[in-house]
Amino acid sequence: MSEPILDVRDLSVSLVGSGPPIGAVDRVNLTIGRGEVFGLVGESGCGKSLCALAIAGLLRQPMQVTGGQIMLGATDLATIPQRQMRRMRGDDVSMIFQEPMTALNPLMTVGDQIGEMFVLHRGLSRRAARKKAIEALDQVRVSSPERRINAYPHQLSGGMRQRVMIAIALACDPKLLIADEPTTALDVTIQAEIVELVLELCRAKGTAVMMISHDLGLVARICNRVAVMYAGQIVEERASAEIFNHPSHPYTRGLVDALPRLGRRLERGQRRLTEIAGVVPALHEFPEGCRFAARCPRVTSECTAASVPVTQLDGGGIVRCLHHV
Amino acid sequence: MLQLLLRRLAQAALTVFIVISLVFVLFSVIPGTFTSSLQADKRDVSQDVIERLEDELGLNDPLPVRFANYVTDLAQGDLGVSYATRRPVSDMLSGRIWASFKLACAAIFFAVCVGLPLGFIAAIRQGSWIDTAAMTFAVSGLSIPGFWAGLLLMYLFSLKLHLLPTFGYGSGGLSHLILPAITLGIAPMALLARTTRAAVLETLNADFIRTARSKGMSERRLVTRHLARNAFVLVLTTIGLQFGSMLGGSVVIEKLFAWPGVGSLLIDSVGLRDIPAVQGAILVIVLFFLLINTLVDLAYLVVDPRIRYN
Repeated sequence: MSEPILDVRDLSVSLVGSGPPIGAVDRVNLTIGRGEVFGLVGESGCGKSLCALAIAGLLRQPMQVTGGQIMLGATDLATIPQRQMRRMRGDDVSMIFQEPMTALNPLMTVGDQIGEMFVLHRGLSRRAARKKAIEALDQVRVSSPERRINAYPHQLSGGMRQRVMIAIALACDPKLLIADEPTTALDVTIQAEIVELVLELCRAKGTAVMMISHDLGLVARICNRVAVMYAGQIVEERASAEIFNHPSHPYTRGLVDALPRLGRRLERGQRRLTEIAGVVPALHEFPEGCRFAARCPRVTSECTAASVPVTQLDGGGIVRCLHHV
Repeated sequence: MLQLLLRRLAQAALTVFIVISLVFVLFSVIPGTFTSSLQADKRDVSQDVIERLEDELGLNDPLPVRFANYVTDLAQGDLGVSYATRRPVSDMLSGRIWASFKLACAAIFFAVCVGLPLGFIAAIRQGSWIDTAAMTFAVSGLSIPGFWAGLLLMYLFSLKLHLLPTFGYGSGGLSHLILPAITLGIAPMALLARTTRAAVLETLNADFIRTARSKGMSERRLVTRHLARNAFVLVLTTIGLQFGSMLGGSVVIEKLFAWPGVGSLLIDSVGLRDIPAVQGAILVIVLFFLLINTLVDLAYLVVDPRIRYN
């Protein structure tokens, strides 16, 4: 891997309320190289979005970073003052969200919303920012950008709005783009287009991408490396081809098996798609030992006795399982 | 937009017709007539006079005939002649409309200038003592009856502090306007504070606010550029409704402060069973409400690009 642009060490995020803090993300380690495309996968509620928000400094009460480092280059985002974080947000780290329908300000033209980035981080005048906004819209392949610049979000389709979001996020050529399920809310027909667009632009700008998704298939296809999260912990992290073809953790195995693939169901004589039985435990119900134990086909008594350490795999990568393959 | 105005006009005509019918029916059902009100207070009015009056005013005509006459006149812009003063109702109203309008504007001005910032600060500092204090204040404002608040204000500012006149219109200056305007504005102010707080909290949780944060802007810019306008859109309807119903709501307050507006005319006329004057006053109140509502709809066109009327 090339020199890391993002190095997250032992990141913990907790729900801090009146009682004792409840851990939601537990000592997560992530490294993303310059220009690398990194995938973070897991079910809803496993903590992947919290990780993303923590890195972007966007956690809101009652969620707080309760430990660890978030090194972006030489800066620890976990400890720098608000003011400095604000300057870096959007400029060095930016985000795309899941819901293009609601992620844009309904009362502002898309031109002003894109242009705002240049006003904030490049100190441009409104007029100059507008010119740059037209260029940015053109880059995300919105047709006749000089006209669309005056459109309000409700006048654009979901795919269009997500393009605008991408234009905003990449306006200042950030070092890292966090894409939190950027295509989940879109029509299947334009999902691939949007993903391709993000990857292409990031490649051109040298921006590293952290792609968050519950879709292991998508992530395995586009990412160099993939980390799988479960109940606030990373349970497996490897090169994407390996994780997809030879999943090591039973949970990853479950995710791979759950992907619908043409013809395979009939081959195996199944009548239903494969699923992982049970649900992710709630925050306050995380067990002492392996957090996947309750749903795991390979569970033994050791698994529930004490927390499971991380094992280094021979072919590179890590897994958090006593019975990994 | 022209279509909107035309539709509103038709709507107004229908509303006015229904309101007039209701008033006619009500006044035929409740005991007492204009002539019987003359005999109240043990005044000695001879039977002859009464009969001549009833004849002259057409009070002996059957209800449908009186109603038809009134509606015909109204359609020609004639509000009729007051039973009590024998003056055209339109003359009686013309001076009072301005007084009432001035009071309503001052009251909504007070309500917006205090309620909006109060709700805003409460939401931004949610859970702090400022929030608690502001909302306690707002609930009190909603709970205290207007006339009681008016009496308290009079007692404090006029009788004790001698800062403002107790009641009356004076020469139409500001000093006479302040107390009735505040009294009338307290409840709308409290309601606005609560609505604004809810609107700001809702907007704070919106996805686009998170997007705005992710762009790396200062809290000040976030609030002024992204939060305030979106929250205001949610509050605008409440402002309009409160403003619109202000003339109707000011009836008691006008009476309390001896304010020569439409409301006090209404109360006096109801006591006298002076139906043309009552109808005229109610007409003004209804039309004011419809007018303000239309203005709010037009305001939305300016504030919110998502709204188009066709």
